Amino acid sequence: MKTFTTLSGPAAPLPMINVDTDQIIPKQYLSAISRAGLGKGLLHDFRYDSADKEKPDFILNREPYRDAKILLAGDNFGCGSSREHAPWSLDDFGIRCVIAPGFADIFFNNCVKNGVLLIVMEEAKVNELMALADNPQSCEMTVDLEAQSITLAAGSSVSFEIESFRKHRLMNGLDDIEITLQKDAEISAFEAKQKTTMPWLYRG
Amino acid sequence: MSTQKTLFDKIWENHVVAENDDGTSLLYIDMHLTHEVTSWPGFESMRNSGRRLRRNDALLAVPDHVIPTIDQAGGIKDESSRVQFETLLKNCAEFDVPLIPLLDKRQGIVHIIGPEQGATQPGITMVCGDSHTATHGAFGCLAFGIGSSEVEHVLSTQTLVQKRPKNMRIAIDGELPLGVTGKDMILAIIGTIGTAGGTGHVIEYVGSAIRALSMEGRMTVCNMTIEGGARAGLIAPDETTLAYVKGRPLAPSDELWDAAVKYWRTLPSDPGATYDKEISLDANMIAPQVTWGTSPEDVVPIDGRVPDPAVAKDEKQRDAIQQALDYMGLTANQPIEDIKIDRAFIGSCTNGRIEDMRAAAEVAKGRKIAAGVSAMVVPGSGLVKAQAEAEGLDKILLEAGFEWREPGCSMCIAMNGDILKAGERCASTSNRNFKGRQGRDSRTHLVSPAMAAAAAIEGHFVDVRSLAS
Repeated sequence: MKTFTTLSGPAAPLPMINVDTDQIIPKQYLSAISRAGLGKGLLHDFRYDSADKEKPDFILNREPYRDAKILLAGDNFGCGSSREHAPWSLDDFGIRCVIAPGFADIFFNNCVKNGVLLIVMEEAKVNELMALADNPQSCEMTVDLEAQSITLAAGSSVSFEIESFRKHRLMNGLDDIEITLQKDAEISAFEAKQKTTMPWLYRG
Repeated sequence: MSTQKTLFDKIWENHVVAENDDGTSLLYIDMHLTHEVTSWPGFESMRNSGRRLRRNDALLAVPDHVIPTIDQAGGIKDESSRVQFETLLKNCAEFDVPLIPLLDKRQGIVHIIGPEQGATQPGITMVCGDSHTATHGAFGCLAFGIGSSEVEHVLSTQTLVQKRPKNMRIAIDGELPLGVTGKDMILAIIGTIGTAGGTGHVIEYVGSAIRALSMEGRMTVCNMTIEGGARAGLIAPDETTLAYVKGRPLAPSDELWDAAVKYWRTLPSDPGATYDKEISLDANMIAPQVTWGTSPEDVVPIDGRVPDPAVAKDEKQRDAIQQALDYMGLTANQPIEDIKIDRAFIGSCTNGRIEDMRAAAEVAKGRKIAAGVSAMVVPGSGLVKAQAEAEGLDKILLEAGFEWREPGCSMCIAMNGDILKAGERCASTSNRNFKGRQGRDSRTHLVSPAMAAAAAIEGHFVDVRSLAS
């Protein structure tokens, strides 16, 4: 997995609550068996009209937000479907950090697995960042995960909280499966015990 | 810390393999269901890394999302979906995964076939790469949806690294009025707690109105728990649960059944167990529900009206309501009963079970759907379809003008060609009224099967209780 240390670039405001994963990446992108190119489908119906032409007013279709690296969103971002295509499409577009008052649980876990940093921040603070991001002159931000800070265009910075386990995983790009496989003996011991306490679960 | 444990505490603690230093737990997973859309990355990665599948007796695969509901024998026309479907078959063959194939009569939506096959049992941990895995919590098991990376983690290790969620309790006491269903109950709950109300929690549903529900009704309630932000819903197992599970192909039998039942009876929450959050609702006050907006929390009773953005609590809420009204083509204060529909969809993992088919047929019996409305009924599995046909429900529905389809996810996710056109308005028994969910610029109103059938017949939303013969 990719590591996350620092990230610099334009932050794009998306001041809407309950942006669900169907909106982040719609169904027509789910039938492929590849993650490639999903960035094109990110926030599809916001970005394109029904003839698949770009909507010029939408934030991600404007300069400098076409190269947005950070998304500022409303509460409960990523609710709904468990599709991991949501973080894949954000990552493929170039957005590796989303800041919002709250995120849905499955989306939250899926982002950790894909090196996408989610920052939970109180609504008033997110609103302040959105106001800055709304202006192309002040939309540049730098996220430093180790320092847990966001440096703004004017030079000041905002700090953020993150659980230690998530910070550690993101900074080191850890492969959870390899870590878990190191506990193979413990898993086998659990299974051996469960075979005696809940034998009906073993059909092999 | 209290020694009284909740149902959730008991299942969780019985499945912790190891506590990690960072506060997460390594949780053992007893049953893993899988389908074509979210499983391919896991198999691909196992192939590339040389990792093995840890347990194929704790895994069950079924294609459901992309399959057609007309002429399944004719195969999948869309090239991309067909490749994805064939990839599932190939992966199951290569890794020796039990698979229910497309034309098998047991085939159907993953969350319908799990319980039908007895894969869903009290006290277990269960996952699937699909958010509606919450459904299975109706049996008193800890069941939650995961993403593709976590699917791969379970395939290779039979475990997941998880942060322990909090306990939330929702009590629904009293009695649901006649004609009011589990669907109306869960919509009313989501309307109360909001779509983020359960975030970070597992919700246990308790109370006399929950106890009175059939397993089908309980599954509908737990299914939409994810729409309230909680990953899992739970209902303690009781005699209703045992009667449903007994005799199913993957359920224990003989002395193993007795041992399992003995364990299952220890699962209900201890008296005095504490919860981080508690909510209560009076079942007697719940009327048939209809969503008006683009989030499941945008819901009102059938005798209600579309809300007015002017009375919203803040600017964001006002914008959200206005955007929803614009998208849905509705005006503030419009009575729900005045909303005309173009389509009705009865099916999905929320409402594609035999009881749902019966409810739709009961309303349809001796009536005809309104001119200009098209309506489809999609049984959730081949077994539901066969049972409905044995009861003659298909004939009643066909005579009333409904289409009777073959099983699959169909227009709940609209990946298989069953899709609404832009601007079309649908009374749908599915679980999400998100923008574009059933087709770009389409308009979804979530309702119970009886309410969807009634809307199809009248051409607009109507209190199904006013149709009673």
